[in-house]
Amino acid sequence: MTTPSETPAERAADLQDERLVRTEGVRGAILAFQQRVRGGDLGSLPVIIGLIVIWVIFQILNPNFLSSNNLVNLTLQCAAVGTISIGIVLVLLLGQIDLSVGSVSGLAAAILGVGLTQLGWPVALAVVVALVVGAAIGFLYGLLFTRFGVPSFVITLAGLLAFLGLQLKVLGPNGSINLPYDSWIVQFAQATFLPPWAAYALAVIAAGAVFYTDVRRASRRRKAGLSTGAISVTLIKSIGLLVLLVIVVAYLATDRGLGAMFLLFVVLVVVMNFFLTRTRWGRSVFAVGGSVEAARRAGIRVNRVYISVFILTSTFAALGGLLASARLTSASLSSGGGDTNLNAIAAAVIGGTSLFGGRGSAYSALLGILVIQSISNGLTLLNLDSSIRYMITGAVLLLAVIIDSLSRRSRASHGQA
Amino acid sequence: MQSAVAPSASSLREPVLSLKGISKGFGAVRALTDINLDVHAGEVVAIVGDNGAGKSTLVKILAGVHPQDSGTITFDGQVVSIPTPTASRALGIATVFQDLALCDNLDVVSNLFLGREITHGTLDEEEMEQRAWSLLRQLSAKIPSVRIAVASLSGGQRQTVAIARSLIGEPSVVILDEPTAALGVAQTAEVLNLIERLRERGLGVLIISHNMADVQAVADRVVVLRLGRNNGDFHVADVSYEEIISAITGATDNVVTRRASAHAVAAAAESHAPDATEPPAPSAGSKENR
Repeated sequence: MTTPSETPAERAADLQDERLVRTEGVRGAILAFQQRVRGGDLGSLPVIIGLIVIWVIFQILNPNFLSSNNLVNLTLQCAAVGTISIGIVLVLLLGQIDLSVGSVSGLAAAILGVGLTQLGWPVALAVVVALVVGAAIGFLYGLLFTRFGVPSFVITLAGLLAFLGLQLKVLGPNGSINLPYDSWIVQFAQATFLPPWAAYALAVIAAGAVFYTDVRRASRRRKAGLSTGAISVTLIKSIGLLVLLVIVVAYLATDRGLGAMFLLFVVLVVVMNFFLTRTRWGRSVFAVGGSVEAARRAGIRVNRVYISVFILTSTFAALGGLLASARLTSASLSSGGGDTNLNAIAAAVIGGTSLFGGRGSAYSALLGILVIQSISNGLTLLNLDSSIRYMITGAVLLLAVIIDSLSRRSRASHGQA
Repeated sequence: MQSAVAPSASSLREPVLSLKGISKGFGAVRALTDINLDVHAGEVVAIVGDNGAGKSTLVKILAGVHPQDSGTITFDGQVVSIPTPTASRALGIATVFQDLALCDNLDVVSNLFLGREITHGTLDEEEMEQRAWSLLRQLSAKIPSVRIAVASLSGGQRQTVAIARSLIGEPSVVILDEPTAALGVAQTAEVLNLIERLRERGLGVLIISHNMADVQAVADRVVVLRLGRNNGDFHVADVSYEEIISAITGATDNVVTRRASAHAVAAAAESHAPDATEPPAPSAGSKENR
């Protein structure tokens, strides 16, 4: 790497300014992380600490909490609402909100149930119809928002009621439909688990991919005359990830293993993260969330960004509804009702996506839903009923929003708001 | 009455941007009446005037925010119309508005290339970062890191980023609306240096400013607007602060001066036959020497 004796011209293009405090290697990475946290850029730190605290408390209260059987259940419980929460992250990044994701997911479940049992559709057709209906609802929201300028809060509040009504209409007088247990979507959601060798292979592939992209980025940066991070940091990062994933997989494998539905959810999170951080569309989502006017003047087609995000949010909601009903083998009046809506929104916020727009990541859906479902799962294990569960989840959501606001204030006082 | 401008080297060449007889009304209000303005390559032209003089309206016409009612805009020798902001950018006119329009949550590189990202399937961050550095170095911009959020930059640095962004599309005219309005002494100096560097690059620069010291420090020509009309076109080198101020405020445009100039013209007419091509001294006129 660089040594202090070299002249500025020999330094990488991004390190020539003498005011830059240069830190290198592993120590540099740790120092930079500390500085970020002090500056109010907390990232995922509060939620990871929170998750550890929650797990420790529940493990003390009930030794079954961290059993592999319960953790496998936890992952399956996360997948459906977590998928809905990915869409919420997107819409929050724009500084908007979708309150109707619960109703839309319930409508998708109703379409799946009626399609499979009463209309005799093949599963694939029912799934596609449900997803298309979801996308169409999002398109409608997008049009209403961009053409008439109605706040998304109001549009989706209306949608919450309207699509709840439509869900009841589709379900008909019975109000509850049991899905055929042998259909592949139910099998996928309930009984499909990765064999251990495949799960280990995935862990190796994931860690290898992290290592490969980091090394490739470093070589491209070197070619462009820019500074590169230390290879040791990359190594520690990918080996750490590998160890973590292998431990998780090995522990889950002592029970049923890694559920296919949970894997689908994680893959969706990773894919959305890629689109948000590495594509033009993702950049424009962050830009619109940061400043609509600036984005518009920069030539971004703001309306298209809004419409695309509303479509994605409703489609993710529909997909989440399908997964939830497949896991419960039923579509009923209560599909997507109750706390689905607020859990999905709470997960995104708890995971660290700002309610104020322009800040967040797809991974907050994963982290946030783990927190929400851990609380719900732990309280159920303690035989506490839903009254307590709602109150505690509400308190955690409030805490997450307070942390969001505080870190925003801290960023402002460190001149980074 | 306003000082006659001797044709300089720059004004002999074809102007890159030329406005002739531009008028614009909003309902009953004539915001601009018969405005003429030339900008040459490698020239900094300052537009000054009181509040309500029509400076912002003129900029908005050039930026494509709203079209003029009458008059022609000539760009690179071609008569053009500028119906939309995109059309303005496509012609090669870059406008930096007073509020800068930066996304605070994005870093410097993202802001510079916002809407014009370099992609090869995915975003090419390395190429963008490299080009961001070379652009900022050309402008001698004092930005320590291009990977920090724009929110953490000082006012002058933010102005620098906004100006640098306008250069990404290789424009031939840059319009700056109050570039130094919110800046401290040192930052103002930085931005003025930056404007001089734009001139060295051969761009036509149009700045709007209320600050006469800045105008005199950096502009080659000063165009005064008063109540929506041209009220003087000066070479900065030949004009005093007081003359510009009196053109802005209209202090010279009163009964006494009008009578004095009328006498002068009458006296000149008596002594020798007036040259047909020589314009009579204007009162609050829109006469501009060319």
